[in-house]
Amino acid sequence: MSAVAVKHEELKALGVEILAISTDSRFTHKIWQEEELSKMVPGGVPFPMLSDGGGRVGTIYGVYDEDAGVDIRGRFIIDPDFVLRAMEVLTPEVGRNVSELIRQVKAFQHVVKTGEVTPSGWVPGKPTLKPGPALVGKVWEQWKPETAFD
Amino acid sequence: MAEEKDGCVKPSKGPIVVAERQSNGGQPTVQKEEVKMLARVGKPAPDFELSAYINGGFNNIRLSDYKGKWIVICFYPGDFTFV
Repeated sequence: MSAVAVKHEELKALGVEILAISTDSRFTHKIWQEEELSKMVPGGVPFPMLSDGGGRVGTIYGVYDEDAGVDIRGRFIIDPDFVLRAMEVLTPEVGRNVSELIRQVKAFQHVVKTGEVTPSGWVPGKPTLKPGPALVGKVWEQWKPETAFD
Repeated sequence: MAEEKDGCVKPSKGPIVVAERQSNGGQPTVQKEEVKMLARVGKPAPDFELSAYINGGFNNIRLSDYKGKWIVICFYPGDFTFV
């Protein structure tokens, strides 16, 4: 959560609103912010922290673990048309990769703006593809798998 | 979204779904039935309203209030956990 907060300025510059959700109460969120998060991140986490007691919202997003009674780690990207674009769900032991989140946001914003598609491993500046009849069978001419890696 | 005094018992609606067929003309209703996973990429994001800690105060937040913006939702297992 604090890693997302550290990159908040970059996400904000992309026009992204972040909502953090756990099954903790809003009161617990307040104390966590005041007692710990504000000491990890100057000013604390700058986005709303929502309370999903009972995991009802986690259930419809497929992240509620009934056995543990908590929402496991899940990250969802929603576009301005309110369409869910991406989801990533992890068991709790492994934290997120915020850089990958930012890459995906940039890729979705690019495809919405241009109508192009972004091949595997795309980052801004790398070649995109323009889907259509002319591209069928010709992707190999325009894109090499090695391009997918840094 | 003005901050309101927290009355301790201001329930949030939780998941908000529009039933496919219902008698009230398609108005959103609060789901009382058994809930299941609705999130699918390429489909409308399931809407909800939850209580929140925001800007140092408490308020209810509805996801669809952010319609028109890029939104990232991060679920996490709990406050004071380690990752």
